[in-house]
Amino acid sequence: MTTNKKLWFLALSLAFVHVVVVGAAFFAPYDAAEQHRDAPFAPPARLHFVDAQGKLHVRPYVCSWTNQTQGIGPARYAEDCSRTASLQFLVRNDPGGAQVGPGMTWHLFGTNGPAKIFLLGTDDYGRDQLSRLLYGGQVSLFAGLLATALSLGLGLVMGGIAGYFGFWLDDAIMRCAEVFMALPWIYLLFAVRAFLPLHVGPRQSFFLLVGVMGLTGWARPSRLVRGVILSAKERDFIRAARGFGASNAYILRRHLLPETSGVMLTQAVLLIPQCILAEVTLSFLGLGVGEPVSSWGNMLASLQKFYVLQSYWWMLIPGIALIPIFLLYNALADALLRRSKIKESSDRSNLMGERKLQEAL
Amino acid sequence: MIRFLAHRLMRAGFVLLGVSVLAFILLDLAPGEYFQEMRLNPQIGRETVAALRVEYGLDQPLPLRYLRWVRSVSRGELGYSFAYNRPVWPLLETRIGNTLILTVTALVCSWLIAIPLGVWMASRAGRWEDRVLGASNTFLLATPDVLVALGLLAFALRVGWLPTGGMHAPVSNGDMKDLVLHLILPVLALVAATLPILVRHVRSAMLEVLYAPFIAAARGHGIPRLRLLFGHALPAAANPLLSLFGISVGMLLGVSLLVEVVMGWPGVGPLLLQAILERDPHIVVAAALFSTLFLMAGSVLADTLLYIADPRIRVDS
Repeated sequence: MTTNKKLWFLALSLAFVHVVVVGAAFFAPYDAAEQHRDAPFAPPARLHFVDAQGKLHVRPYVCSWTNQTQGIGPARYAEDCSRTASLQFLVRNDPGGAQVGPGMTWHLFGTNGPAKIFLLGTDDYGRDQLSRLLYGGQVSLFAGLLATALSLGLGLVMGGIAGYFGFWLDDAIMRCAEVFMALPWIYLLFAVRAFLPLHVGPRQSFFLLVGVMGLTGWARPSRLVRGVILSAKERDFIRAARGFGASNAYILRRHLLPETSGVMLTQAVLLIPQCILAEVTLSFLGLGVGEPVSSWGNMLASLQKFYVLQSYWWMLIPGIALIPIFLLYNALADALLRRSKIKESSDRSNLMGERKLQEAL
Repeated sequence: MIRFLAHRLMRAGFVLLGVSVLAFILLDLAPGEYFQEMRLNPQIGRETVAALRVEYGLDQPLPLRYLRWVRSVSRGELGYSFAYNRPVWPLLETRIGNTLILTVTALVCSWLIAIPLGVWMASRAGRWEDRVLGASNTFLLATPDVLVALGLLAFALRVGWLPTGGMHAPVSNGDMKDLVLHLILPVLALVAATLPILVRHVRSAMLEVLYAPFIAAARGHGIPRLRLLFGHALPAAANPLLSLFGISVGMLLGVSLLVEVVMGWPGVGPLLLQAILERDPHIVVAAALFSTLFLMAGSVLADTLLYIADPRIRVDS
């Protein structure tokens, strides 16, 4: 695959994930907060294609779980195939579905009988893991995106000012960035989070988290932006523009900002997974978005209890879901880097270098 | 050399000062404080809370509080913990030691694995060994630290070979074997979190060197493969790796925070988390300062090594 095609493929895959997450109301069979109290820690559903008589079903069905938990031991379930329900697509008029018209809601799939379908099992309150995963993605993935946008915006402004105006402003801003970069990132997040209110609603804590991550991540992009601007502002076309009487604001906006787009893009792709991970970590430790709203971090939090960790592997799924997403972002970062390197080496019309680079990568 | 070090140390001091000032400003802006929770308790009178605030100096303006804190730092107390009702340093002292045991072991382990692995992968670039290892490396890089730590813990719980929490067995007299057994899981988690990045950088740094003419010449002279890789190529590729060494200290400190909490290692991590939840500000400030200090110690060490290893830098500075 050529680099450009690969870039498109990766970007579209990521976009697909985000669309699924945004459309959680449609893609998830249940609401994130809906409790099925008879089925806490139910294991992932088994889809049956062949029934006990050996008859083949084109439309798969699920059996309902009967709770066989004894005393305070780990939850145990047995399949009760006398009560089944077949898998239905585009289930209509179920509570909590996606609104498609006046008084009409749709789910992508669901069941028609007494058995419920928990494709990824349920948690300790009997809430469907898949639904929580999809709704939680809205928090985790978009916290990453928003926080990245915030730190890049801040980095652009600070780096732009430092690089363009120079002198004491440059010194002051860069020293400040140095302080921000002197702490290990997680410690910095923790420290900033420590000084903010603990008991807030999920919505506030989401924006609080985005703010904290955005404000702590600006240092590196700002340094890179400053570097780009420092080298760009001495270019001939910018001197010419200044000679024609262009204002500072005009030069910054028209000539210098476009120069930083490459740096900004690669920084974005590097920062987004970092911010997602930060949200997950903070929520996991109880400093981020809290119940009843789901986030991939607070879904993992129940694993801090040993009995959950020991008995219910499906509780790890939100962590596993992060792997493909990080793989995509990392691959995107690599592809962007490779493209910029190839561009650079072809700029110097250095074919040897390019071949070597292809070999190296 | 001495001037170079002095310059670095001065900058480090400046940064520490900056971090502490920033922390205190944030502290002042922050809503809520330790004694606020106390106000909710109907059994504690308003006057008691006010008296406590006066006693701990919380009624004074920001600069005075900062000065008070600086004085307590100069006495070696590093501020005062409201929750524990004693100076911060004795609380932090053993925990910093524990964190250091963990992170330094992990640092050594991950570099000891990363260098040979990266060198070997570079020497096999493009072949199946490199591809398989590269793919698994990419996979490990994408695995979140939380999942690594939890997965390891779940595995240990299932097989039951290793202790799954803490630093010593309840009835141990602190012997070495017990400590090593308890170290295995958290160190594995830390290594898994940092290794992919290190391996990647070692490999790419080596690749840049392996195509250089002097390597071809050395190969032409019939220098054996191992000596060529480790004696000739690796020193030439060392510069970026030495800088990475400094960065890896910070990375490990960050990850160890999480791993300590998950695996119950009695380090700075759990203390810091508890201090945040209890609004015990001086512990937070002290923990942040210490992480900064270690990170900077790592980078100063890296710079010093770089200074020793590369004559060009000596000329520049």
